[in-house]
Formats: sequence, C-alpha cells, structure tokens
Amino acid sequence: MTDLSFVRSDMLPERAPPANEVGMVKWLRTNLFSTWANSLLTIAAFYVIYLVLANVLPWFSGGVWTTSSLSECREVLQGEVGGCFSVLTERWNQLIYGFKYPVDLYWRPNIALLLLAFAAAPVLFFDLPRKLLLFTAIYPFVAYWLIWGGPIGVPVTAFVGILGAYLVFERFNAANFAAAGLAAVAVAFSLWFIGGYLVDMLASDDPLLTPVASRDLGGFMLNLMLGVTCVSLSIPLGIALALGRQSNLPLIKGVCVIFIEFIRGVPLITLLFVASVMLAYFFPPDATVDLFLRVVIMITLFSSAYIAEVIRGGLAALPKGQYEAADSLGLDYPQAMRFIILPQALKISIPGIVNVAVGLFKDTTLVSVISMFDLVGMIRGPILASQEWNGVYWELLGFAALLFFVVCYGISQYSQWLERRLRTDHR
Amino acid sequence: MKKSAFLGALTVASIAASAAVAQDVSTLDQVKERGKLNCGVTTGLVGFAAPDANGQWKGFDVGVCRAVAAAVLGDANAVEFVPTTGKTRFTALASGEIDMLARNTTWTFSRDVDLKFEFVGINYYDGQGFMVSKDLGASSAKELDGATVCIQTGTTTELNLADFFRANDMSYEPVPIETNAEAQQQYLAGACDVYTTDASGLAATRATFEDPSAHILLPEIISKEPLGPLVRHGDNNWGDIVRWTLNALIAAEELGVTSANIGELGASAGANPEVNRLLGTEGTLGEMLGLDAEWAKRAIMAGGNYGELFAKNIGEETPIALARGLNAQWTEGGLLYAPPFR
Amino acid sequence: MYHMTSMTDPHQGQFRLSMLFNDTRYRSLTYQAIAAILLALAIWYLANNLVQNLRTAGLNISFDFLRDSAGYDINQRLIEYDSQSTHARAAIVGILNTLLVSFLACITATIFGVIAGVLRLSNNWLVSKLMSVYVEIFRNIPVLIWIIIIFTIMTAVMPAPRAFRGDTPEATMLLDMFAFTNRGVYIPGPYFTAPLFASAFLNWVLVLAVLAGSLFATRRMARWATGVQEQTGVRPTTWYFTLAMWIVPVGLLLMVMGLAWEIPALKGFNFKGGIKIGGALIALWFALSIYTGAFIAENVRAGIQAISKGQTEAAGALGLRPRRTMNLVVLPQALRVIIPPLISHYLNITKNSSLAIAVGYADVTATLGGITLNQTGRAIECVLLLMAFYLTISLLISVGMNFYNKSVKLEER
Repeated sequence: MTDLSFVRSDMLPERAPPANEVGMVKWLRTNLFSTWANSLLTIAAFYVIYLVLANVLPWFSGGVWTTSSLSECREVLQGEVGGCFSVLTERWNQLIYGFKYPVDLYWRPNIALLLLAFAAAPVLFFDLPRKLLLFTAIYPFVAYWLIWGGPIGVPVTAFVGILGAYLVFERFNAANFAAAGLAAVAVAFSLWFIGGYLVDMLASDDPLLTPVASRDLGGFMLNLMLGVTCVSLSIPLGIALALGRQSNLPLIKGVCVIFIEFIRGVPLITLLFVASVMLAYFFPPDATVDLFLRVVIMITLFSSAYIAEVIRGGLAALPKGQYEAADSLGLDYPQAMRFIILPQALKISIPGIVNVAVGLFKDTTLVSVISMFDLVGMIRGPILASQEWNGVYWELLGFAALLFFVVCYGISQYSQWLERRLRTDHR
Repeated sequence: MKKSAFLGALTVASIAASAAVAQDVSTLDQVKERGKLNCGVTTGLVGFAAPDANGQWKGFDVGVCRAVAAAVLGDANAVEFVPTTGKTRFTALASGEIDMLARNTTWTFSRDVDLKFEFVGINYYDGQGFMVSKDLGASSAKELDGATVCIQTGTTTELNLADFFRANDMSYEPVPIETNAEAQQQYLAGACDVYTTDASGLAATRATFEDPSAHILLPEIISKEPLGPLVRHGDNNWGDIVRWTLNALIAAEELGVTSANIGELGASAGANPEVNRLLGTEGTLGEMLGLDAEWAKRAIMAGGNYGELFAKNIGEETPIALARGLNAQWTEGGLLYAPPFR
Repeated sequence: MYHMTSMTDPHQGQFRLSMLFNDTRYRSLTYQAIAAILLALAIWYLANNLVQNLRTAGLNISFDFLRDSAGYDINQRLIEYDSQSTHARAAIVGILNTLLVSFLACITATIFGVIAGVLRLSNNWLVSKLMSVYVEIFRNIPVLIWIIIIFTIMTAVMPAPRAFRGDTPEATMLLDMFAFTNRGVYIPGPYFTAPLFASAFLNWVLVLAVLAGSLFATRRMARWATGVQEQTGVRPTTWYFTLAMWIVPVGLLLMVMGLAWEIPALKGFNFKGGIKIGGALIALWFALSIYTGAFIAENVRAGIQAISKGQTEAAGALGLRPRRTMNLVVLPQALRVIIPPLISHYLNITKNSSLAIAVGYADVTATLGGITLNQTGRAIECVLLLMAFYLTISLLISVGMNFYNKSVKLEER
C-alpha cells in the first residue's frame, strides 16, 4: 500500500457562499433585479412609491388639527403644505353619530358597539365557549333599547315573543316540524299581541332611556347599524331562499328563483328608490313606517338574494352521498337539513357569506343618495356645505375611506383566516 | 285613538315601525295622537330650513312648521323635521310620512291638480335668478350663451331654465345636482359658471360663502315662484288649519300683533275686534277649526308674526339680507294679503 | 336534490285528513297549496294597500307621461335631444349613456385587472406587493367613495376654463390639442370636409362597413394561407397583404371624404369644438374601472394559479414550445375559470353605473329615475321602468353567460 490515492479521503472545510449569493444581495437580485425588465419595473415601482410618499407625508406631518375653520387653517399653514385635519376633530361627533343624535346620549351607541364585540365574538370564533351565544341571542334587543331608547317593554316583549316561540318549537319539534313551526309562529304573535297592549298601557311618559327617532341616526354609526342589522337579518332569509330554490316543489322553487334573479338583476340604488319613494304605498294607509326601516327591509332583501346564491353553491358542493345517507337513516326533510346538510353547506359557504357582508357594508354608503345622513351623506351634505369647511375634500374623503378600509380589510382578513381554519379541519 | 295592539306587535317585531292607526282618522287626530307634527323641510338651505351646529332646525319654513305645531299641539317644539329632497318630498307627503310640507315648493297647476296636493297659501313670493362670480364679467342673463349652469334637479327651476334659454335662442350646458349643498360646492369649484335657483335660495347660499361680495345676482328674474306650504288633498279640515295658521301670522303683522305685545293684547278683549277674534278673546274661530280659542295666539308666540319671522331668518339684518319686496304687506305695496278673520 | 322516495305500500282505505301532511302522494301538493295561499294573501295585501293608498291620494298608474315633452335639457347625449323631446326619449338618452359608460368601464377594468393580476404573480417582490396593495385598497373602500374622490379631482383640482384665458394663463393646453378642465377633457374631434352623406352618423357607418370588409378579406386570406400550408407544408408570407387590406381601403375612403381634425378652442365660457368627455363621465368611468379592476385582478390571479403545474410540464413533454403551451394549454383552461366571474363583474359595472346620480352623469337612473320622476311625480311608474331596464340587461348577460358555460363545460365521465 502506498499513500498514493486518487480519492480524497477527508472533507474540505465548507466555504462561505459567494457574497452575491447570500443575504440581502441575493434577495435583492432574485426578487427585484433578476432581469433587466424586472429592474425597470422595480425602478418604476420605487418611483411610484416615492411620488405617493413625497406628496402624502408632508401633508400629514404639516397637518393642522386645532383650528375651527378652513380659513384659519390657511392662516396657520401660511402656504406650507399640510392637511386641515381640524375638520375631523371639530366635526368628529357629526362624522360618527350624525348631526341629530343627542350629544348627551352618545354613551348609548358606544356601549351598544362595545357589546357588539362580545356578541359577535362567539359567532366569529368557534373556540369560545358556546354558552356565550346566549348573550348573542339577547344582544339585538339590548342594542335596540340602547340606541332607540323608549319604553323597555318593547324589546322585552319582542324577546319574550321569540323566546316563547323557541320553547314551543323545541317542545313539539320532535313530533312534527311543520306543526311545531306553525305553533311557534302563533305563540310569538299572540305574545306580541298581548305585549303590545301591555306596553301601551304601562308605557310611562318618562322612560328610563329617552327615545331617539330613527331619522336622528347618522354618520358612521348609521353605516355600521345598517350593515350589522341587514347582514344578520338576511342570513336566515338567505338560507330559506336557497333551500327554496333547491326544493322539488315547483311553486316554491319558482317563487324563489324569480325573487333571487329579480333582486340580483337590479342595482341596489333602484331598490333604495323603492324604499324612499315607492314602498310607502304598499303599507296600510294609516301606518307610517319610517325611512330607516324601509331601507333596512330593502337592503335585507337585497343581500339575502346574494347570500342565497352563496349558500346554494354550498349545497351544490355537498356530495350526493350526504343526501342519500340522510335518506337512508330515515330522516325526514327538516331533520336531514338541520342535522346533515345545512351544517356542512353553511360551513363551506362562510367565506362567501363574509364576502357578501363586506360588499353590503360598503353598499350602505348608497343611502346617502336618498338623503340619509350616513358618513358619506354627512360629508357631502352638511359638512362640505358649511361655511367653515367648504373645500376640505381630501381630509374628509380620506377619513371616510380609511374607516371603511379598516373595517372591510379586517373582515376580509378574518374571512381568510377562517378559510384556512376550515380547510385544515377537513384534513 | 289607542294604538292598535296588533300594529304594536308589528312595531315590536320590526325594530322601529311606529304605527298610528285605524281607518278614517283625520290628520288632525293623528297629529294629536302622536303628540308631534311631522313636517317636511329641505335637507338644508340656510335661512329657510337648516339644522344649526346643535342639530336644532332653524329658518323661515321651520317657523311655519313650529307655528302649526304650536297652534295644534300647544308646543312649538313638538315638530319632527323630516328632511326631503326634490325627489322624495311629494311621495313623503302623499304617503302620509309627513303631515305638511314646508319646503320652498313652488305652487304650480300640475302639482296642485295632477299630483293631488293642496297649496294652502304663499309664504314667500320668489322668482328664479342667476348667480355668477364677479370676475366672469357678465351683467345680464342674456349674456350667458354657452355657459355651464348648475341646477338642482327635480325643481321647477330646471324647466324654467330650459324655457328661458330656448326663448332667447341661447345654448347652455346643464349640470344637474341633487342638493343645494353639492350645487354650492360645484359652483365654488368653478365646475359651472352660473348657479340658478330661486333668488331667495341664491341669496341664502351666497350668504354662506367665504367672500359673498365676489359673487353677484344677475338682475333677471325669469319666473314666478310662489312658495308655500302644502298638504294632501282630501283632508280639508287639516288644510284649513295650516292655511289659517299661515294667515294668522300674516294678519298679525298687518294688525300690529307681535310676540312682544301679544301677551297684553291676548289677555282680554281690546279695542280692535279683528285682533280679538284672531287671538280668541272674542268669537269662536278656534272652535270652528277644531282647535281651542288660543290657537292663533300660540302660533304667533311660537316665532313671532310673519314680519318677525322674516326679519329673524332672512331679513336685511341677517347674512342672507333679503328685502321684503313682494313679500311686504299689501298696505305697504307688497302682495301679502290675509283674508279677514271673521 | 333531496327526494323523498318512500317505498311503502299505497294506503288502503278511506282518505283521512292527516294524510294531507303525512302521505307523500298529497304532501307536496298540500305544502304548495299552503304556499300559494300565503303568497296570494301577501300579494293581495300589498296590492290592496297600494290601491287604497292611490285612491286616497287620488293618483292612478299610467304611462302616458312618457309621451309628454320632458322640458329639461341633458348635457351628455348620444342621440338628438332637446327640452322639447318626450320623456321616453330622455329615458333612451339615459339608457344609451348607461350603456356607454358601462362599455367603456368594462374595457378599462379588464385591462387594469389583467395587468394587476399578472403583475401580482410577478416574481418581482416589490411589484407584486404594490399590486396587492392596489387590490386591497380598492376592494375595501366603497365604490361610491371612489366615484366622489375622482369626481373631486376632476372638479376641484383641474383648472377652470377661465384659467386658460389671458396673456399669461394659469393653465395651458397639452400640445395645443388637449384641454384638461374641471368640466371635462376636450380632445380633437374628427370630421369630414367632403362627406358622402349628409348625416355624420351615416359617414361613420360607411367607415365601419369598410373596416368590416377588410376584416372579412383578411380572414379569407388567412384561411387560404392555412389551406396552402396544409397542402404544401409551407405557409405563404401574407402579412404585407393583410396590412394593405386594413390600411388602403379605409385610408382611401377617409381621404375622399376629407378627414380633418377639429381642435378645441376657448370660446366664451367654455371650450368649443372637438370632442368633450365630461368630468362626470370620466369620474364614473375611471372609478368603476379601478374599483372593478381590483376584483378582476383577483380573478385573473386565481384563474392562472388554478392551472396546475403538471399541465405546463405535460405540454412541455409533448414538445410544445412555451408560446404554444400558453395558447393551447394554459389559457383555454384559465379562461374557463376567469370568464364566468368576469362576466358577472361586467354586470356589476352596469349596475354600479347607476351611481352616476352622485356626480350628475345623465344615465338612465338620472334621467328616468331622477329628473323625469321628479318632474312628473310618477314615482311608481318610473321606478318600475328603471327596474325593468336593468333586469333586461342582466337577463341578457345571464343568458350569454349560460351559453358560454355550456360551451366550455367539462365533459366528465
């Protein structure tokens, strides 16, 4: 044996990779400057970012927050670049609550909003204890009472009616679904009927919370209220419509198809016109249903049609086997739907429903067209028309855009998170 | 009339439906039952009807609403002001959402006859004018050929404008705008050369500008715009109440009854029998209307007589600075002429 | 979907009332009868209220007002219209304006969407992040706010026409041909000095007809070239013929008719001459494009990502070159995913164009559902007509979409 060998028997020490293949440089090269076209794009992008920042940053940093009119702003700025953000501080209350909600009652919508977080939490996050849903069930009535005030008997009666209906339904549901449903409706209406008398009789002239008329609502609060109310009302309606559209009873199917296609075929604004100029003719001659409620009705119908289509997608995505399995277990239609089909279909539909909800929330700004003073309506009407703030466009529109962006982006991030959650559940 | 329990139940079930009730109830009874007068006003025209910084409605039209509320309900603040646009005002009135409309609405044949409304009188004699910025250099509406004109849609001004330009064989470009607030912004931004609406509205709008003196109102008044409150056809008693409340305000000025001396004059029957009848110290005029004897007294006390309302909201002392002009009493060369209280 | 297929023996014996609910032979009829009764009751209730309300108000439903003269002017019109025309004609002007802005917005939204969607998948980190920011910002802010923002830019930032006046004007025209003012953008407009027909419209139809002829001829030529290629294996060079076929006939025609350009110029209060693209139209057009473009970008991205890498690799294994892979393998499959939502976005654009009312663009909602409604007070009739129009458009688009979906449907197993 000699010590001659053609194969190296010991490893060379590792060498560091070339400088342009590691760290920042490597990252820049692959992600920003891989080809000359890419480099051009990068430079163009940098230029765009620079342009935006160069215009927006001085405007922010030079902003004025404490004056009481645009002309004062201009005096303070002396021709320097800067936003007149004072309009936001000075008109803050109007932007958020509208110009007619009594100032000393602002705490009521504030509490309602805070409670909304607690009520929505168990719906949005499945890990929370299910018992919290009890609060969610009570919340609408509490929120109604907080925001509108008036005799407490009204929301209590409403709650008792629904509670009674629920108890009756649960009691008889095992025997016959349809009968239980009819009984529940009957119970609810009779409770409301009795309650209506009681409320009228017991209503004192000086209720605990001062009543506020719904046309006094306004600002971003109005957008939030319309959004939350209409989405929550339209989900049950949407489920019913989706089931109706899948039904094999031709009459019910036909009615649902016509309704859904009709609503989806017309713009929301025409439906709002219906609410503002036409719907009043369809109510009994002596009943006055206020504009807020008419708008809630129309927006709810609008979004329920879209939600129905999302849920129909969910129903269609379920394998046929699920339906057959339910049949073979001897479940009747309501049972099969409640225990087998809907839980799965709704789960698939949740991201779609959230998308509809985001779209709907954005669409609540359309009410400004029919002279309701929501956030956009406040800006376009009373604030921009006032002597002090005529001409303050960007601060106000930017603020409105920011508020909507925060809420909508938040919801869509939640929806994506949920989608990931639900996907892992399947594996 | 008691609220019906069933509709009460619907109220409960459906968030906020306030339901007033039962067949054949007159508007007067509905208002009394509700304890509030629903009065339609504009969405905001300073001097005529606009909410102030505290959300309190102020203005000349608002004064009429308050006078009716005071006459009927005894409380000038028992008014729910319903802001309406050109589009929603007539439906709101026809469908019963509001009891009366006091929203600088022009009395025209077709609105009175075809749309089935009842104009109860005229509280402001107006006409359509033009506002231009001074540096435009125009001194007459006849020089506006080719101009861009901002108009509020859904008003008679839109039609008058088309007629005026056609009659003078001029062309123009209309920029239709929904509310006065937006029209004002467009005009100030220079998106239109001319803003046209009722002369009173122009004056009110100009008053809110940072530099009102930079804008002039052209001399031409191209139309008759009698503005007045209106009610639905069919309830004549209610129409009478609103009509005579307005007349009471006008007559009070003529008779020298003001909010300052009304306490004295109304305390006991005085020398002038018409004042006595008006203030209820003599005769039964209130009873005939279905109200009490002091209805007109309360209406006048709510905001003063016509002259006081005018002076306080749109008169020459205010930023809007409108002269009485046609709106002076007939005794002073104007058109205001209240029928006798007899 | 759910079928109740019970196999029990048919009932014997006499009919019992409970069978209406429990027997599958009668049950569906029972439920439908109940539904029909409820529905009829609801309709009767609403109709009864309507009739009663209209009677109290002394109104009637009638469409006669459509024949009356409208009395108002419209600033943006594609067909002849003046204040003496009828309400029906005003509605048609509005309908054409709706279609115009929707059509323009559909094209630009698609362009924005495709560019943003493709760039979002770019391996340039900065660009793809920038595109995500674009998509998120525009998707999460209401379109109405976008319309108002862009309209504000148009009216508050652009110079007024009078800024162009004077010896040292504050604003000048771009290239002495384009004027950007706060009332709109003025561009040179083509016209004919020696037209063949009296009506300008017919002349343009003639130009279009000639172009259509060119299209037909080039198509024929391409088919002939393919035929030659199939027989001989060699494709004859035709591109210069094609080019000539496109340019020569139309060029000749335009020369005969004496095409000239009218340059906008400041006369009186406004720019005159040329073509005016109104500020409201631009605001609406641009806002709808960038807003919907953000949604389309997401679709395009999803569509491209939906094609599994195996497809590209398989095409490569078959020896297809990258361009043919894209054209023959990836695109047809991606389009199947992209087009249905794309069409529903087009529908959304058409519906959202009704927000024109916020900026004073004379679309059908502003004429029929706005001014006509206000002037005549015929709220019910106008809103019904308005809905009927949008419903027709959306049904037409749905029919088209169904047709497309059928034609590209995957035939599985």
